[in-house]
Amino acid sequence: MSAPNLVTQDNLYEELVEVSSYLYKKALTDLPQDVRSAISTAREKEAGIGRKFLDIMVKSIDVSDETGIILCQDTGICIFFVRWGGRFPLKVRGDLVVDSLRRGIALATDIYDLRSSIVHPISRKNTQDNLGERIPDVHFEFDDSDEFEVRLLPKGSGSENMSFLKMLSPADGINAVKKFIVESVFEAGPRPCPPTIVGVGMGGTADLCMSLAKKAVLRPVGSQNPDLEVAQLEEEMLAAVNSLEIGPQGLGGRTTSFALHIEYAATHISMNPVAVNIQCWRGERASAKISNDGAVRYGY
Amino acid sequence: MATSSAQIIELNTPLVREETRNLKVGDEVWISGIIWGVRDASLIRMIDDRDIPNCDFQGGFFLHTAPSVRKGDAGELIPVSVGTTTSMRMDRFTSGCIKDLGAAGIIGKGGLSEQSSKILQDEGGVYLSITGGAASLETQQVEAIEDIFLEDLMPECVWKFRVKRLGPLIVSMDSHGNSLYRDVKSRSSERLNTYLKTLSNK
Repeated sequence: MSAPNLVTQDNLYEELVEVSSYLYKKALTDLPQDVRSAISTAREKEAGIGRKFLDIMVKSIDVSDETGIILCQDTGICIFFVRWGGRFPLKVRGDLVVDSLRRGIALATDIYDLRSSIVHPISRKNTQDNLGERIPDVHFEFDDSDEFEVRLLPKGSGSENMSFLKMLSPADGINAVKKFIVESVFEAGPRPCPPTIVGVGMGGTADLCMSLAKKAVLRPVGSQNPDLEVAQLEEEMLAAVNSLEIGPQGLGGRTTSFALHIEYAATHISMNPVAVNIQCWRGERASAKISNDGAVRYGY
Repeated sequence: MATSSAQIIELNTPLVREETRNLKVGDEVWISGIIWGVRDASLIRMIDDRDIPNCDFQGGFFLHTAPSVRKGDAGELIPVSVGTTTSMRMDRFTSGCIKDLGAAGIIGKGGLSEQSSKILQDEGGVYLSITGGAASLETQQVEAIEDIFLEDLMPECVWKFRVKRLGPLIVSMDSHGNSLYRDVKSRSSERLNTYLKTLSNK
């Protein structure tokens, strides 16, 4: 791709269409560096069939790098996370941002010949443009920065179908949370295309808890929660899920998950919710950061 | 379990029953010839609604897929990305695929249930595991899309693919009642119980 245009007040919404379209193709084609490293590390630990699967993953990444063929046939269900800095100098209308992001997804579907994976939930009729009622799902968050960041997670169904929520009681304690996490990974078994990234949400409400689990899968492999107590729990839970030896593609091995990330929110005195959301081995995600001078920087 | 006697086998479709019976769990298979792409919507249409296109599925393989494609200059369909989806969602169609439509086996990811294992044993079918999410490599093994059926279900139509050395595929459920998924699940179930015991001791 040629260098992205500078974003100005005049071209903001048209540039966001380009950004959205490019992010979709990038997320489906270009694996994050942290995931590539995790695959290499896992290869060293595996033998037999597990090793064979990881070898094929490496080969397919190479093919995608060379040819631009998308890595998985699943074009996913698109979820955007927009981080809107309060000191970002351009005047921005949120409704027009959503409109641009939608147009970008339809554009990419058309120009890159992407499969449309989106249907109406009752008629099951395919929309043929990867758009639909409330899809893509666009989340806004706000901070005091001078940037405007768009992150895209085109979530594959194999892993998204492996989502689990439990409204535990405070009396169940932390052990019930641990049990639920490990049982969820066991239940998912081979289906989410392991080795996976396990996202865990703790606290909040039912929807916030699951939303946090989703955000947790977006974190780079190797990152840890800044809260030390949470980081320790992440490490303990990763060891526990890997002790299941579900392995690459679920046919056995040491690496069931590359990472387990936990995000949390405060919760109610009578609540103890926990959610698990799983990401497949590709860990696809892409981001575009627009800085205060309008420059666009792409990343993962 | 996979044994040291695991073989590397080249297969050309359609298969005769004896070839299918010869496949054992752990074997590595490479397939050339015609395979059929099916998934959720097309299997509901064919097996539940009995709307079966005029295709010869006998001795063939069903691949759980719905690809990205583009139209060529002559209107032909060119594969953009052909990958594989999670088989377990289509588990209740195993009998329909193997017994009724006569396929030799199913190519997918994530495996099938105990019930399907019994059907594969009774009918002489196999389940072959491909690497999920490795569609770019898989696409290069697809020589052509020869035809499509039930096109109104796009992209969940019935796809007639010609493949050359599609693989490596692992025989993970054979026609002798073996299943590598069962073996792994049984071991991970033990590991889960071991972990849960450590929790209750705290």
